[in-house]
Formats: sequence, structure tokens, C-alpha cells
Amino acid sequence: MVQHNPRPAADSAVYDDHIVRLFFLATVTWAIVGMLVGVIIALQLAWWPANLGLPWTTFGRLRPLHTNAVIFAFGGNICFTGIYYSMQRLLKVRLWSDALSRFHFWGWQAIIVAAAITLPLGMTESKEYAELIWPIDVAIAVVWVAFAVNFFGTIAVRKVQHLYVAIWFYMSFVITIPVLHIVNSLAVPATLFRSYPVYAGMTDALVQWWYGHNAVGFFLTTPFLGLMYYFLPRVAERPVYSYRLSIVHFWALVFLYIWAGPHHLLYSALPEWAQTLGMVFSIMLIAPSWGGMLNGLLTLRGAWDRVRTDPILKFYVVSVSFYGMSTFEGPMMSIRAVNALSHFTNWTIGHVHSGALGWVGMISFGTLYWLAPRLWGRPLAKPGWATTHFWLATIGIVIYTVSMWAAGLTEGLEWRAIDPSSGQLKYPNFVDIVNQLHPFYWLRVIGGTMYLVGALMMAWNFVLTIRGSARAGEAPALATAT
Amino acid sequence: MATENKGEGWHRRVLEGHLGLFAIMSTIAIAIGGIVEIVPMFTVSAGPAALPGVTPLTPLEVAGRDIYIREGCYTCHSQMVRPMRAELLRYGEWSRSGEYAYDHPFLLGSRRIGPDLQRLGGKYPDAWHYEHMRDPRSTSPGSIMPPYPWLLQARIDAADITASVRALRRVGVPYTDDQIASVPAQLAAEGQEIVARLASSSIRTEPDREIVALIAYLQRLGKDGKAAIAAGQGGGPSVP
Repeated sequence: MVQHNPRPAADSAVYDDHIVRLFFLATVTWAIVGMLVGVIIALQLAWWPANLGLPWTTFGRLRPLHTNAVIFAFGGNICFTGIYYSMQRLLKVRLWSDALSRFHFWGWQAIIVAAAITLPLGMTESKEYAELIWPIDVAIAVVWVAFAVNFFGTIAVRKVQHLYVAIWFYMSFVITIPVLHIVNSLAVPATLFRSYPVYAGMTDALVQWWYGHNAVGFFLTTPFLGLMYYFLPRVAERPVYSYRLSIVHFWALVFLYIWAGPHHLLYSALPEWAQTLGMVFSIMLIAPSWGGMLNGLLTLRGAWDRVRTDPILKFYVVSVSFYGMSTFEGPMMSIRAVNALSHFTNWTIGHVHSGALGWVGMISFGTLYWLAPRLWGRPLAKPGWATTHFWLATIGIVIYTVSMWAAGLTEGLEWRAIDPSSGQLKYPNFVDIVNQLHPFYWLRVIGGTMYLVGALMMAWNFVLTIRGSARAGEAPALATAT
Repeated sequence: MATENKGEGWHRRVLEGHLGLFAIMSTIAIAIGGIVEIVPMFTVSAGPAALPGVTPLTPLEVAGRDIYIREGCYTCHSQMVRPMRAELLRYGEWSRSGEYAYDHPFLLGSRRIGPDLQRLGGKYPDAWHYEHMRDPRSTSPGSIMPPYPWLLQARIDAADITASVRALRRVGVPYTDDQIASVPAQLAAEGQEIVARLASSSIRTEPDREIVALIAYLQRLGKDGKAAIAAGQGGGPSVP
């Protein structure tokens, strides 16, 4: 490791950690909201009266609220937390503009609140993870420009010439997200609340899934890999395994990812060559994805004994393992023959959540637990709770994904089942298939609730930590044990 | 940060020390794939041309589609029949690109919590849809769909739909000036037809209720495409 940040006490005079604390608190808040809505819509599928008979609480309106809240509110805020904390230390300079940092923070939270109001009201553009209405889209672009100016401004005035690998991954996030967002959101307004995209039909579908898949790639992968490259070596107290590997997998990842979108449209009316490109590039993506996973796991060499005792390392190990698993599963599902079975089923939902709950969620929790004592200068109030949280979350994910695999295979196989004697569908009534999924839907509710309870324990742990009700006297010693 | 190997100096100097160059290189890296895949979609052969006989939605159907989007119907229902035997048996003709020519936005969906709706038009009478939206289990026992009773009460607004039709023309749907000027009259006439059909099933409603617009849209789904395919205009093999 490059020697930096030897004395955290001095950091606070140089670095802007107030903004990091703000994003930290927003992360925890929106995590709870996003996951709670997730549990509610999971319950709605298991037990339809949970739709409550109100327009604002039906599954069709809450599902986009759930996805937007966990991706952009929880995921976005943890990225900004980690980026603002780490880039100041990597570049040995304070964020370029405190005003832009504040504007970024409050602008982003205002966007989230606007989303939380408009989506239940049925104001939506209907494109997945890009549902927000056009005035909010404009606000996202403006806030992102402020973030980008601050980000590149900070790099421009850095005191370290070389840009560490985490910064590369952050940079691909900062650059790519506005490109995806603006191109996919181009639309003509009909009213203040409604607009129609300039693209039609299959072109619109392709643009959307180019966006949608790369929202996964550049919102839920590259910034989190950046977090992994900064925080994992510090938590493990080991240098990154291979610098060379990080270069190769970075460039391969950002180049290959962008092509993979059409795997969301296999067997659709999209031209065959585009579908094939999407499939082939998706399979190639295994290599750079696993490059990142291996670089993360091998960074732990010599530190594995500590995984047994350190809950933060546990979160990281499971996170990176789920990254490896879901980046293997994804390419497999992009193969036409597999996709024929998996597409439109709960298997996709299981896949998404092994990435979201496993990779994104767990690395975020680990990072939050690592940051809390350092940001507030106090030891974690209940270290034991962090371990309990880890097990609740891990078992919750397993229940969730396994039940969704089972549900996906069940419906996928029954949709296509043909009675060989008559040549007709074996399950002609769709509802009969739906009704076989109830046990799996209930299992998902249980798994998701466990995950949510773990997050609530974490939030309460942070409340106690920040209040300093536990052993505040020990704070300075632990805070400097970085 | 990592153990440094000899011979890796060039990219450290050239690339990773220079912010501008690194940013430009990564922008190029992410631009190539998107350009190669998306740009050809704007050529006629790949993407947007309508099948012969596929025409834009009527104003009432546009209103219904806006409701379909508002309620998030696409979160549970796809509009994309794949060219596979079981799908052809369950839903009908597989989807052609030219059927979606006037779809802004596309509504293919990504999840079938409920069945595909691409070939729904004409499958059930209007009254079935009315009852199904009021209480899904009255027509489909065991369904997990929530009821939508508010659609039976809420009213559509002609000025609002005119704004929709006008915006759709701006993105390329070929509505004429006359069609846009006569939106309120078309709404009333189309709504009245559906109200009359519902009345024959002893259902009383009014032409400007949201449920009427939604029924108009659902009954239109996939119909033009099916007719074009039946007339041999679809391209590719049709249902055996």
C-alpha cells in the first residue's frame, strides 16, 4: 500500500468528511426505505390483498419505486459516500468545491424524494430503471454535471500524480452514467408529467436495454469495484493482489460491458445480429468480471484467518463471492438456449438479487461498518450486532435466490411443457402455473425480511454509535487504529 | 498500491497520470459498443418501418395506453411473443418488429407475473375486461392481480389526450392535423361504441370513464399485426 492517511485526526482538518457523513446517513436511510418497499411488493405477490386496494400502493406502481430506491437512492448514496471519502485520501486533497458537494448531496436527495412522490402517483416513463418523469430526468443531468465537475476538479488539483485503480473505476461511473441517462431519456413532453421517447418500438427497446444493462454495469458494478479496490485492501491490511490484472480487467470490462444489452431482448423482434452480439459479448464478460473477483479474493491472501473474527471482512468476502457467482450466472442466462427458459421468469429476479443483495448490498454494509467509527470518531456501539447482521443477510440472500430459482424453473418449464400425446400445452391455464409459485413467493418474503431486519439492526447500531452511548472514552484509540 | 512490476511504466506515465487522456480513452471504450449496435437500428431494414396495415392508435386507445403505463401493467405483463412452439400455442403469432413501429415507449416488458398480452385484442368480449379490472378473480379464479376499481370511476380528459397525441406526432407517429383537431369527437364516438357493447352485457358506464379507454387499448393489442401476418405481410413463417 502507498503510505497515506497515517493520522486520521489530521485528516478532518484537510478533508471534507462532513459531506461523507451526510451521504452515509442518506445511504442508511434509503437502504431501509428501498428494502422495505421490496418486502412489501414481495408480499403482494404472495398475498394479493397486500395491494391494499389503493391506486398508490399497487404492485405496478411500487415495483419501480423499489428498484429506483435501491439502485439510485441506496446504491447511489453509498457510491458517493465511498467516492468522496476515498478520493480525497487517494489524491491527498480536499474536494474541489464544498458548494458543489453540498449541491450534489441535496440535489440527489431532492431527486429521490421527487421519485418517491411521483412513482406512486403513477407518473412514469415506463422504461425500467429510467421511469422518472422528464423534469426529474433534467434534474438528474444537472446534479450529475455538478458531481462530475467536482470529481474532475478534485482530480485536477490532486497532490498525487498517479491515479489509483479505484479512481479509474469511479471515472468510468462518472462518465458513462450521464451518456446512458441522456441518450435513453430523450423524449418529447406532452405535459409536465408525461412524455414520449423519440425512439420507436424495437429501437426504443434496444436503447432502453443498452441503458438498463449498463446501469447494472456502470452504476452497480464499476463504482462498487472502485470501492472494493479502495476499502478491501485497507480492511484486510493487504496490498491489492495484482496491479497488472486490475489494468487488464478494467479496460476489458468497460469496453465489453456496453455491448451486452441485447441479451435482454433474445428471441424478440430485434435483428438477429444484434441479439447475437449481445449474447457473445455477455459471455466474454465473464473474463473481466472474474478478473475483478479474483483480484479481490486474492487480496485477502494471508488475511483469511481474520475473516473468522472480523464481520467487515465477512461482508466483503461474501460480497465478492456473490459478484463472481452472479457474473457467471448472467452470461449463462445470456445464452439463447438458457434464456429461452429463464427469460420472463423469476429466475431473472433471483439473478438480479444475488447481484443486488449479495454483491452491492454486502459490500455497502461492510463499507458502512468500516466508515462509521472513522467518520464519527467512536467505536461501533454493538460489534456483535454486525456479525448477527451478516448472518441474517447471508441466510436471507440464500433463501431469496434459491426460492426464485425454483420458482423460475417451475414456471419456465411449465409454460413450455407440451403434452406429447395431444401436442397441446400441458398447462394451458396460466393461473394454474401462477398458483404453484405461492410457496416460493412466501419463502422470498421470509428471505427478504431477514435481509431487511439485518439492515435495521445496522441502522440502530449506527444510531447508538453516533450518539456515542457506548464506551465513548475508547474512541481516540480505535479511531487511530486505521 | 499493488506490488509494482518492472516494465509497467509506460501506461503509468502515459495513461494513469493524465486525467484528460484517461477520461477520453475510457469514453471511447464505452462509446464503441453502443454506436455499433444502436446506429443501424435507424436504418429502415433493421428497425422502425411499420408492417403494412399497422396504423397508429386512435385517441381513445392512446388514453388507454397512458393508463396502462400509469398503472405499471408492463411490470407484470409482457407484449412479446417469442417464436417458440409453446408460445405460439399459448398466445398466437410471434411478434414482428414492424408491429411496434408506433410504440413510444416500447412496452415489451421483462417479466411474466401474468400472461403475455401481445395478442390480447379480440380474445375476450369488452365485458370480460370490465369485470376483470373490477375484480380479477371474478373472471380468472386464482389470479393474484390486484383489482382496479378506480378505473371504473375516474374520467379521461380530452385536452390531456390531445396533448398526448400531439406529442406522439412530434416523435414521429403520423397523425394528421384533422385527426388532432377532432380528438374530442373521436373520443366520444369510440367511447360510445364500447359503452353500447357493454350495455348489451348489462354493464352501465359512460364513454369518458378510464375503464372504457383501457378496454379500447387492450382490444386493439396485436390486432393490426395479426391481420398483416394473416395477409402474408409479416415475413418469416407464421403459426403452423
